[in-house]
Amino acid sequence: MTAQPQEKLVISGLHAAVEGQEILKGVDLEIGRGEIHALMGPNGSGKSTLGYCIMGHPSYEVTAGSIELVEADGTRHDLLAMEPDQRARAGVFLAFQRPMSIPGVRLADFLRHAVTNVRNPDRKEGQELMPMRDFRSELKAKMADLSIDTEFARRYVNDGFSGGEMKRAEILQLAMLRPKFAILDETDSGLDADAVRLASQSIARIGGAEMGILIITHHEQLLEHNIPLRTHVMLGGRIVESGGPELAAELHKRGYERIRAAYPEAAAAERSMQDALGSETAQPVTA
Amino acid sequence: MTTPAAPALSATFDRESLDRLLTDQHSGRAVPAWANDRRRAAFERLETLALPDRRDENWMRTDIRLFKPKAWGPRRRPGPEAPVPTGLLADFLAGDASGGESFFEEATRPSGTSTQLAGRLLSLDGHVLHEQLDPALASRGVLFGSADRLLASHGDLFERHWFSVIDSQCDWFAALHAAFHTASTVLYVPPGVRIAEPLHVLSGLGEGGIDTSHVLVVLGEGAEATVLTETAGGGSASGAGSGFHCGGTEIVVGRNAFLRMVNLQNWSTGVWHFARQKAVVHEQGRLQWTLGALGSRLSQVAQDVALAGRGASAQVNGVMFTEGRQQLVYNTLQHHEAPGCKSDLLYKGGLQDRSRLVWRGMIKVDKVAQKTDGYQRNDNLMLSREARADSIPGLEIEADDVRCTHGATSGRVDEEQIFYAQARGLSADEAARLVVAGFFQQVFDRITILPVREALARAIGSRIRRIS
Repeated sequence: MTAQPQEKLVISGLHAAVEGQEILKGVDLEIGRGEIHALMGPNGSGKSTLGYCIMGHPSYEVTAGSIELVEADGTRHDLLAMEPDQRARAGVFLAFQRPMSIPGVRLADFLRHAVTNVRNPDRKEGQELMPMRDFRSELKAKMADLSIDTEFARRYVNDGFSGGEMKRAEILQLAMLRPKFAILDETDSGLDADAVRLASQSIARIGGAEMGILIITHHEQLLEHNIPLRTHVMLGGRIVESGGPELAAELHKRGYERIRAAYPEAAAAERSMQDALGSETAQPVTA
Repeated sequence: MTTPAAPALSATFDRESLDRLLTDQHSGRAVPAWANDRRRAAFERLETLALPDRRDENWMRTDIRLFKPKAWGPRRRPGPEAPVPTGLLADFLAGDASGGESFFEEATRPSGTSTQLAGRLLSLDGHVLHEQLDPALASRGVLFGSADRLLASHGDLFERHWFSVIDSQCDWFAALHAAFHTASTVLYVPPGVRIAEPLHVLSGLGEGGIDTSHVLVVLGEGAEATVLTETAGGGSASGAGSGFHCGGTEIVVGRNAFLRMVNLQNWSTGVWHFARQKAVVHEQGRLQWTLGALGSRLSQVAQDVALAGRGASAQVNGVMFTEGRQQLVYNTLQHHEAPGCKSDLLYKGGLQDRSRLVWRGMIKVDKVAQKTDGYQRNDNLMLSREARADSIPGLEIEADDVRCTHGATSGRVDEEQIFYAQARGLSADEAARLVVAGFFQQVFDRITILPVREALARAIGSRIRRIS
């Protein structure tokens, strides 16, 4: 880490609700560019909600707190005042746990729009896209780098993709868009051990000193090549504990019983949220 | 864009205006007696008919209560200063617009490349303004252009088919069309002649104008052609004038012949559009028939395909996009009259505002038509809560060894799709347009004529507003 001031994603006192049900109950988190953070926690603790709030999903209502991009010189940009696409153009990326399919739209065409907009934040619809020649050579190089067949780009966005293909498509988009801050929401779920290792290596190759990454995961394998500066544990809509990489290993081995016992208030919040949302979110994710 | 149409010749379509058509509307050569007889017969029939009403099952979903038949009559020839509306395909045929490059095919078509046309015909308010045919094709026996001229000179080639493919007796509009058609086009392609470049027919309307044009296409054995017809102009729904199209299309695809036919209806939104269209495909003949519809206040279209010879095949594509209070009604028929034929219909519609789209499809399989492969499908994408789409597929099968299936879907743009695309930097509007474009991609993939695909995609893209 350099001692110089760096650009940061700063989340303060964040409360958020979906359909009137409060999910986040005061989240504080700060991620600098070049840093890797891991966010762990049981199902339904609010991890994905945090990702959606950062990106601006319309179903999630932020009721209190702030999400800001803070430049190295201290200039602050209020993400909450921005539409999701403005946030993307400001350098924020969310890799979806369950990416949406867009039938009839080829991944290459979709990405060309995305890359053009993110690199020219002021572009209006209808203005020139990135020259095809440049886009083609860059995409082909990135696909080769990530061992993805070029034919993949011809397919319709996530349409009929396997779980693994969807995750690889998300990683490819991450590589092309090169955001300042990336939230990877369970980019390892649904993958077998080899695929997780490949994903982990790919993310390590894409990241670097320019990118701040928040890895939301249940497992530690994804962190194998992406050793987190900080590991945060979310329970009942709050980050209750933060630590180093060893915390991820502990949670992976031993689960969340120690955490629940240490933070009874958050554990109670977790139970009441699960009751309110039904049993669906309490189900463990199966690969 | 549009200016008032030329003044009326007659206030209505009456016996006097028929007599004028029979005697003086063509210059020089005489239209054959049989053609005039068919006009007279249609007029006699017209005199006995009232406007169709909702008791007729083809019309039960069409609201023509505001259509006033007495308000329309034939128009004088427009003056030379009358501006001709621009067709949807114009930019794309001229090569002024690039439909965008593909990631996979490098330089499929360098932008700025114009499409050569084998021939073209232009009419305004029911009068032919311009016609032309590649002389090399003319020397090979291809006939293309104004029906008045070509029925006079080559009547024997057209007599068998002229107003014999479609039923001109079945309702008021069909009879009106058969009695009063003007500015009509015929195409004849002799056996074995393959025309690589498209033939283009543009029918224009001034504000309040009338178009009753007819198209007859006859392909001889083993012939090939691509015909692009399009409509443009007329008055807007809000402005005065509107417009009235009462037309017909007849297609005869000979043995082993291949026709790509495109009808693009892009009238202004004040125009009443009534069309009866039918193709007969003979043994081993192939037809790719695409309807695109974006315009008109109200459309009632009958699109029939008869597979009349063994092994004939037809692919039917529909691309519709409606907005405002437009109402478009399609009745399609895939009639399998011979064994071993294939028909494949895909209509896709996008609807916004309070518009309405109706598709009623029928696959009819005669007893002799064993080994029939018939398919029909209608997918609609609803872009507003107030829009309404009706899909009514139907099967009528008398043969026992057939495969006939149908399907229909109606869906909305998913907000989660929009958010996903926004998360990648696309604005909500851009995302919506991309999702809608994707919806139509499946039918565009079937249309093998690049300028048509590009023009439709561009036109639809420009009409989509924020999804409500």
